[in-house]
Amino acid sequence: MTMNKIILAFTLAVSVVAAAFADEPVKAAGSPPIAGAPTSPGAPTMLTPGSLAPAPAETAAPVKAEHKRILKANKTVTISMFAVIIGITMCVVVWAAKKTKSAADFYAAGGGITGTQNGWAIAGDYMSAASFLGISGLISLYGYDGFMYSVGWLVAYITVLLIVAEPCRNAGKYTLGDILSFRTSPKPVRAFAAISTVAVSTFYLTAQMVGAGKLMALLVGIPYKTSIIGVGILMVGYVVFGGMVATTWVQIIKAGLLMSGAALLSVLVMSKAGFNPITFFDTIVNSPDIQDHVSKMVLRDGVILNGIDAGQRFLEPGLYLKNPLDQISLGMALVLGTAGMPHILMRFFTVPTAQAARKSVIIAMFIIGGFYVLTTLLGFGAAIYLTPQGIMSVDKGGNMATLMLAQQMGADIAPICGDLFLAFLCAVAFATILAVVSGLVLAASAAIAHDIYVNVIKDGHSDQHEQVMAARITSFVVGACGILIGIAAEKQNVAHLVALAFAVAASGNLPVVVMSLFWRKFNTAGVISGLVVGTVAAIGLVMVSPNMTYPKVVAVGAKKVVVALEKKQASLPSGAVLDEKDSKALAKAKEDAQLAGTSMLGLDKPLFTLKNPGIISIPLGFLAAILGCLAFPNKRSEAMFDEVYVRQNTGLGMSRVVEH
Amino acid sequence: MTEITYDWKAIARDPKFVELRCRKSAFLFGWWGFSCLYYFLLPIGAAYAPGIFKVKIVGVINFGYLFALSQFFVSWGLALYYAYVANKHFDRLTRELIDELHL
Repeated sequence: MTMNKIILAFTLAVSVVAAAFADEPVKAAGSPPIAGAPTSPGAPTMLTPGSLAPAPAETAAPVKAEHKRILKANKTVTISMFAVIIGITMCVVVWAAKKTKSAADFYAAGGGITGTQNGWAIAGDYMSAASFLGISGLISLYGYDGFMYSVGWLVAYITVLLIVAEPCRNAGKYTLGDILSFRTSPKPVRAFAAISTVAVSTFYLTAQMVGAGKLMALLVGIPYKTSIIGVGILMVGYVVFGGMVATTWVQIIKAGLLMSGAALLSVLVMSKAGFNPITFFDTIVNSPDIQDHVSKMVLRDGVILNGIDAGQRFLEPGLYLKNPLDQISLGMALVLGTAGMPHILMRFFTVPTAQAARKSVIIAMFIIGGFYVLTTLLGFGAAIYLTPQGIMSVDKGGNMATLMLAQQMGADIAPICGDLFLAFLCAVAFATILAVVSGLVLAASAAIAHDIYVNVIKDGHSDQHEQVMAARITSFVVGACGILIGIAAEKQNVAHLVALAFAVAASGNLPVVVMSLFWRKFNTAGVISGLVVGTVAAIGLVMVSPNMTYPKVVAVGAKKVVVALEKKQASLPSGAVLDEKDSKALAKAKEDAQLAGTSMLGLDKPLFTLKNPGIISIPLGFLAAILGCLAFPNKRSEAMFDEVYVRQNTGLGMSRVVEH
Repeated sequence: MTEITYDWKAIARDPKFVELRCRKSAFLFGWWGFSCLYYFLLPIGAAYAPGIFKVKIVGVINFGYLFALSQFFVSWGLALYYAYVANKHFDRLTRELIDELHL
């Protein structure tokens, strides 16, 4: 536990130093705020009650005007904080590069990470900007459903703890391929495992890179491409020079920064409620803005709620997650997918023993769970102090809620505190992105360099120097591809890619990992059919799901908007015109209504109605693995089960990477 | 690296190992099943029994909120319980087994 304190002290020290360092240029520069362009209001959802519903119409108009908010980070302060983070992590890289001599050092930090360190690193690897900004945003706009959404991300670790962490530590070496190829034909299994790892990492990495680019553009006004290239160069630098040691420490620093940011902000939020949760929740229910926001939301479903009932509704389920099957499907992907994520599995090879692996998962669970509990306070706090309307005026998805809250809470103490606190949280978001993308690049390059190059192409005959060189070159290439994909995907809708990564991991990787470890009869055919069917099913279902864009469906929705807005225009007194927002929406809708054509796969409308494929693709993955294995039985794999089983339970014969 | 060869089949049949295997499997898969069941009660309950979730328990705080919050504590509790059982029983059995085999 002393390590926690050291890290906490360290991160606090970092923030203090950063603040002191950043303080000066602010005064000198007279704080030129660079306004992050508020996202343009999209057409369809703007057509909410207002015009059609008589009740809130009169009150809504004046309220709306004062809710218009702009989020602007002070560029000088923020960039200085980024520089501090880059500086510290670069020192880590220089130190780590000296320690990285063998393949074991590069992929698994020589097995020399302690359980506590690994716990923090797992948390740092796992909590992406989506958890940090997205979930609190969901809570600030939809209340209870956002909180419910966050639960699955922690429960997922029970599977990691009970089923995969310790056996993987004992049975594996660097990659997913190592675990799967133990008692099967190594070459085909490694090749398929590597493809699956690269697929999962690419989906996740693309989502992270695009998110990073947009976040930086919105917050500090760095252009999209520059941000992607900047983040990409840092990520490649960490991985290529520092390997697993540097990646681990970047993740530990990030987790520490994230937790201190969230804790500090929560304390500020709770202090306003006198640290009394009952008062806090009373404030939510009694907030007129939240009441107004909720009554407009439920009116779309034809429900009339006003006053305190509407406020109470914010604490009840069903405002955001309306399809229970989709919810269960996502839950399955999380609970099983996390344990199949290659960058998470890889973390267990960095600790020396199964006991350390166990300890690291438990520590990670407390950090991750604690973070999500704090996120509730941040989300509800943002709803109270910034109002859902104010949050939506900056970003319709609510992604800026935490950052806006930081600025507000800081500014309530002193205006300069608002700038500093916002800059600090931007820096935390920046560190978060760096830590997650580095872990992904490392996992993907380990699969290519260790599984494909060293074990398939070179038959395992490769000296340490060559292995490390291969790993470094691969990381460089993977990182460069990540940058290119990030730039190419700027205009694409990437929101579903994270869920897709989890679905592929849950449907392809997890069934074969579990069966390799626990089923005597499991063999090569089972691994390959499980991986292929699970992965293809998950990707295929997403390709025909509502996640894709269906121009004809968009056109139908847009036509409705056109009709409604024209009706609104007709109802205006003669001579009056629609306000700017409405007329923009009308122009956009008219344009969209002309859309024709089909989705990427030539469909008019989704074939599969759920956004999350897990509920179908996970059983398919398991079934394919079982059938494939039973169809082509293999005596050798069966005979070797005793060895795998004894090894994974006792750690006997474990690759002792520590004892050089 | 020195390779020691073990008689894996013999170890797998060792009564100590069989005891370890049985106790571990029952514990791990049993509690894993429990945690999944408890977790899926949340989305299922929210969708099909919203009435229960709306019951106010403390002030305006309702059952749904406390149930979602309890998921965190149940997960943490289970993690700590597993650590306790593993440290006390599974690790001890493993050590005894290894000692017995004179490895």
